[in-house]
Amino acid sequence: MHSDKRGREFYILAIFFAVFVLFLYGPLSAILILSFQGPNGGLTFPLNGVSVHWFTNLFETQAVGDFGGSFRRSLLLGLMVMIVTVVVSLLAGLAFRRGFIGATALFYLAVASLVVPSIIISLGIGVLFQQIGLQPSWFSSAFGAHLTWTLPFGVLIMFAVFNRFSPAYEEAARDLGATSWQTFRHVLLPMIAPSLIGVGLFGFTLSYDEFARTLMTAGTFNTLPLEIYGMTTNVTTPVLYALGTVTTVFSFLVIAGTLGLIVHLNRRRQRS
Amino acid sequence: MATITTSESAKAEGVKPRSFRLPPSLISYLQAAPLTLILGSFLAVPILMIGIVSFWDYDFAQMYPDFVTFNYAETLGSWVTWKTYLNTLKFAFLVWVITLFIGFWVAYFLAFHIRTTAMQMVLFLVCTVPFLTSNIIRMISWIPVLGRNGLVNSTLISADIVSEPVEWLLYSDFAVVLAMVHLYTLFMVTPIFNTLMRIDKSLVEAARDAGASSWQTLTNVILPLAKPGMAIGTIFVVTLVMADFSTVQVMSGGQSASVALMMKNQMSLLQYPAAAANAVVLLVIVLLMVATILRIVDIRKEL
Repeated sequence: MHSDKRGREFYILAIFFAVFVLFLYGPLSAILILSFQGPNGGLTFPLNGVSVHWFTNLFETQAVGDFGGSFRRSLLLGLMVMIVTVVVSLLAGLAFRRGFIGATALFYLAVASLVVPSIIISLGIGVLFQQIGLQPSWFSSAFGAHLTWTLPFGVLIMFAVFNRFSPAYEEAARDLGATSWQTFRHVLLPMIAPSLIGVGLFGFTLSYDEFARTLMTAGTFNTLPLEIYGMTTNVTTPVLYALGTVTTVFSFLVIAGTLGLIVHLNRRRQRS
Repeated sequence: MATITTSESAKAEGVKPRSFRLPPSLISYLQAAPLTLILGSFLAVPILMIGIVSFWDYDFAQMYPDFVTFNYAETLGSWVTWKTYLNTLKFAFLVWVITLFIGFWVAYFLAFHIRTTAMQMVLFLVCTVPFLTSNIIRMISWIPVLGRNGLVNSTLISADIVSEPVEWLLYSDFAVVLAMVHLYTLFMVTPIFNTLMRIDKSLVEAARDAGASSWQTLTNVILPLAKPGMAIGTIFVVTLVMADFSTVQVMSGGQSASVALMMKNQMSLLQYPAAAANAVVLLVIVLLMVATILRIVDIRKEL
């Protein structure tokens, strides 16, 4: 459809796109640079020397509350949310595919879960736990709160995947005598594995970064985003940026690892 | 052919005998049960609870089960609430217009001007990655850029464009809108990109063959077909802005307000019934907005 020569429209839009990417990454890189601020440097440019002072500062408990503990909790919570999101979304996707009474209602409940303001979920679960006399904690109430955010994404992705999935492969497998479990395990699962990994990545990162839903549901111990949110009001040194750099680099590693895994799986499937 | 199939399946059954099987209709319900259970207990019941609590009485320490309507009367009767709602709607409108503009052109560029699928995916991922990192970090990353001694101000001063630092860059409504656009644009790019990728390219060719200029193709063919994606993006952006309290709090430096921030303050004062009444009003408004958009587009068809 394209003529070989790029028109003026292309160049204008290319510049627009480049500016957009700069807008996305520019401020992040400012934080990255400023986290190497010298010991006497402040929250803004210029750099007052270069040091890793603020990174070492990060691991002294008195400077930033409980960084290690909150990081561990967020990591564990993210993994829990990831596993449950993948399994439950896959199951729901399979159910929607076959259809059942109440499917439309459940679908709209999932959509509602996506559009209900996060702070309302936080308040609702917080008050509910208080009224039934349960102690809110990151692995119970916050876990459920995070699932209300990750599950709709997972369900919508599975919905989109199965909408495009031709039943011909499974029919072929069944014609060859595979049981429904064998069809699922050896035909369906390998084909949707990259999408499932994508759902897992969503589940983990959305939970790892979530704080509005954790606000009223975390209980005694903070998750990492809550810790950072608290710091924005009372920390006035670049240790805040050091923390930002560390968590952002961690997120990048998780994303890169996941994408690598997806590419690897796709390659292997193409080869066989 | 038929004989082969039967013998094959017979062999397979010989290897693995069919065990007890559940009726297929029951399997669907079992598969849907976990989702129903989780959303029921962590979404439906808590919202029901908020509805109940919004009619309760409270004092500085705790809530008392009751049936009073003054939580609503206080919420709806105060002009502060109305102003806050208007302010939130203003943010939602501004952010919506800007993200729709940026989102459409970015998606259009990716879908129609990048020629290889691999390059499209790479550039799309470049846009996606920041959205998988922490919102708060991305918010505070504007401070060294917009602050009094920030990058923008020092550039403006050294270029002799202004003599004094521009004060309204940070801790202002401008900063709030800018940060929200920064945080939420992807939610507009993705659905529009998804819709544009599914437009049959032969439609565009047909328009060109019929003599349409590229602008006419854009306004008469592509834009109408992109509407469902725009609608879904709108749902995301509007609901995210309506629910936002952290961006407003951090980026306005406490000088601006939003409904969710008002709720959060009530919650920190343990005024749960008041916050609950606010939550009900906010929820009704958001759901009405979403329902209106859903009348225009059937999301199930767009997935």
